[in-house]
Amino acid sequence: MTISFELPERIAQELPMIEAVAENIMRPESRALDEREHERPNTFINMMWPVVRDQQKRALDKLAARAEGGEAQKRSGPGINNLRMTLTVEMLSWGDVGQYLCLPMSLLAGAAIEAVGTPEQKERFLRRFAEGDDPVWGAMAMTEPGAGSDTSAIRTTATLDPGTNEWVLNGEKIFCTNGKLALDESNGIVVVWATVDRSAGRAGMKPFVVEAGTPGVTVEKVEIKHGIRASDTASIVLKDARIPYDNILGSAEVVRPDKRSTQGFKGAMATFDASRPLIAASAIGVGRAALEFVKAELAEAGIEIPYNTPYHELSAIQADVLEMEMQLKAAWLLTLRAASLLDHGERNSLEASMAKTKAGKAVTWITQKAVEILGPMGYSREWLVEKWMRDAKINDIYEGTGQINTLIVARRILGYSSKELR
Amino acid sequence: MISFTPTDEQTMLIDTIRRYSANDVRPVAHEADECGDLPDVLLRTGWEIGILPGSIPESMGGFGEEASAVTGVLAYEELAYGDLALALRLMSPALAAIPLVLDGTDEQRDHLLPLFLDETPPRVTAAIVEPGMFFSPGRPRTTAARQNGHYVLNGAKAAVPLAEGAEWLLVYAWNDGENRVDAFIVQGDAEGVQVGARDKLMGVRALPTYPVTLNGVCVGADCRLGGEAGIQFSRLMARSQVALAAMAVGVMRAALDYAIDYAKEREQFGAAIATKQAIAFMLAECAIEVDATRLMVWEAAWKLDQGQDASKEAYLAKRYADKAALMVADSAVQTLGGHGYIREHPVERWLRNARGFASFDGLAMV
Ligand SMILES: Cc1cc2nc3c(=O)[nH]c(=O)nc-3n(C[C@H](O)[C@H](O)[C@H](O)COP(=O)(O)OP(=O)(O)OC[C@H]3O[C@@H](n4cnc5c(N)ncnc54)[C@H](O)[C@@H]3O)c2cc1C
Repeated sequence: MTISFELPERIAQELPMIEAVAENIMRPESRALDEREHERPNTFINMMWPVVRDQQKRALDKLAARAEGGEAQKRSGPGINNLRMTLTVEMLSWGDVGQYLCLPMSLLAGAAIEAVGTPEQKERFLRRFAEGDDPVWGAMAMTEPGAGSDTSAIRTTATLDPGTNEWVLNGEKIFCTNGKLALDESNGIVVVWATVDRSAGRAGMKPFVVEAGTPGVTVEKVEIKHGIRASDTASIVLKDARIPYDNILGSAEVVRPDKRSTQGFKGAMATFDASRPLIAASAIGVGRAALEFVKAELAEAGIEIPYNTPYHELSAIQADVLEMEMQLKAAWLLTLRAASLLDHGERNSLEASMAKTKAGKAVTWITQKAVEILGPMGYSREWLVEKWMRDAKINDIYEGTGQINTLIVARRILGYSSKELR
Repeated sequence: MISFTPTDEQTMLIDTIRRYSANDVRPVAHEADECGDLPDVLLRTGWEIGILPGSIPESMGGFGEEASAVTGVLAYEELAYGDLALALRLMSPALAAIPLVLDGTDEQRDHLLPLFLDETPPRVTAAIVEPGMFFSPGRPRTTAARQNGHYVLNGAKAAVPLAEGAEWLLVYAWNDGENRVDAFIVQGDAEGVQVGARDKLMGVRALPTYPVTLNGVCVGADCRLGGEAGIQFSRLMARSQVALAAMAVGVMRAALDYAIDYAKEREQFGAAIATKQAIAFMLAECAIEVDATRLMVWEAAWKLDQGQDASKEAYLAKRYADKAALMVADSAVQTLGGHGYIREHPVERWLRNARGFASFDGLAMV
């Protein structure tokens, strides 16, 4: 091994194509989709579906082949999947975060199924993302009105009906990204977190796959939001919703905390290790869009950003832009590291939370600064900068707020458990 | 392929320096700061690690492959983790050696590089900084004028490490005839070179630095580093910026480690202060900044080693490090409260040292 910042060639070759999508498909629709909240970004979706579908097919076929061949086909050397996804998300978010979130993919649902699902479950739930003419979405529903950062407070229940061997789900989920696309607008799936035993706390929390068309599952409302308006954020009500026993992901057994096992929950947390760098990357994509815009406008006005000038020779704007640029770079490098560690088969939860914390905070600031620097132009809805500021902010909130990710970093560096540092 | 793992040789070097920093440097760092000097034996042991000879290529008589900036920054972080003054002082010969390796003519290298392969460090240094708050490294006020096949140097330099008794110094000056920055090899005892009284600094007190004035100092044309081609100033600046930023990372990491240990020990209101979010979050933010700064340093150093123009990355890394180092060192003092303000604890020294980075230009080189 050696320290290197060289992008794998395959990724470097793909990036210009993704950039073309971001620039030619996403950007032209960006403003209109923001103004007409809840309108589906069909140009982007229809363009991406065949591409994403075929990729998902290859991945699924490989997964199936591996399941048959046992462990034998384990790849040697580091992979590039996480890095590739990170760069893709960064580029698509440079195009438009709201649209990017509508990528017809299994996303977080897929991550959970891949992490703890059986081969049969993978085939049954994920095949739909790999075939057909119509796009399909996956979603993940953890958050509830009374359970945000404190996921252990969820109240949605799953009760086994021994007569029919079905789980019966009851409860309300809110803020579910793509909940409507998954349940109402496609033959999608939502991974719903519910408790099989409230007295067992985290050990009782289990993920269940709920398919579109399940009776008793309704999308009650779609939120109207500050930003990412092209992305649906749904409330889902589960009322005696019956799903097959085999839709539970991982074991149904509740291992009590006193036995020091929270396996199911840990499975969910492991998917964050992969998803948090992507949220960070998404933040960085918008941040870069704003920064590039500011620099282009300044250049037009004859103001260049110097990279060799001492403090006292910089104007306030130049100093601000330099600060934006280095904050963005710092966040980006932390993100690359978090993604690359996973590709090297190493644990990355500390690094993933570092990247997410830094990127969420840095890009919130960068985009807010961009609006300020650009004056009336920054604030105007004629341009996209004010939208980028609104879009950027979500990255400091979902997948663990900045505070929650800081807490995770703090626990790790201090060697504290979640009991010792709350 | 993107990777964040050093080579085996680099890891060995890091381990060696880490042991040196922990066992040799740390125990004497406080006293060194108080009395403004470092024990000779400490410098000798440090020199024996062979960091500088390791970055002089074999083809030039050293034992390295190339002057790797990545290896350099890894080493400098560990040295500065031990003590910043020690790191700057131990590596001050690099201020002259690295520019020689990179930009020197064959003759200059043959003649001068062997000095750096001795068992004891040579007393050579470089003069970059100038007095006053409007100094700009790329536009020094010190001038070099060509006259009858010689260069005549005039100007004032500041904060020159180990200038007193230096065998020779590399003096950066504005080459009037060519409108560019050049570096000149100037003998310490040359006529017109005057070393003033030792500086009194807020931090790095064990690093002796001096003002140096050049009054019509005349040097041969062969003393211009790189001969007629001169130096690649922006590359040297970049290497200096990453070197200093790497040392900043060392200081930051030292301060953070100390604060973490302390916060877990110190109890108030019936619990370790680290169990309070106000403290824990401050430390978590510091940890993020340490890693972020290091990655910026590594990226710039890697780019330099690829032979690419890294001036932008190096500049951003240095600016970032200047701020981050102060933030982390300040948080460390804050974590210790009143005890952090007392000189018995190293965090107050690290805060003084960290504040220096913003005014350190060209004080280190990888
Ligand atoms: C657009 C959007 C999309 C979303 N998509 C999804 C999705 O697909 N699936 C899903 O399950 N959820 C989703 N969420 C939910 C999101 O993850 C939560 O909103 C988030 O975790 C915070 O929860 P909360 O809103 O209840 O805030 P709260 O948990 O009430 O937090 C309020 C404030 O208190 C702070 N805080 C809370 N606990 C602590 C603590 N221990 N220490 C310090 N500070 C603390 C928080 O940082 C925050 O600042 C989405 C949310 C939005 C807005």
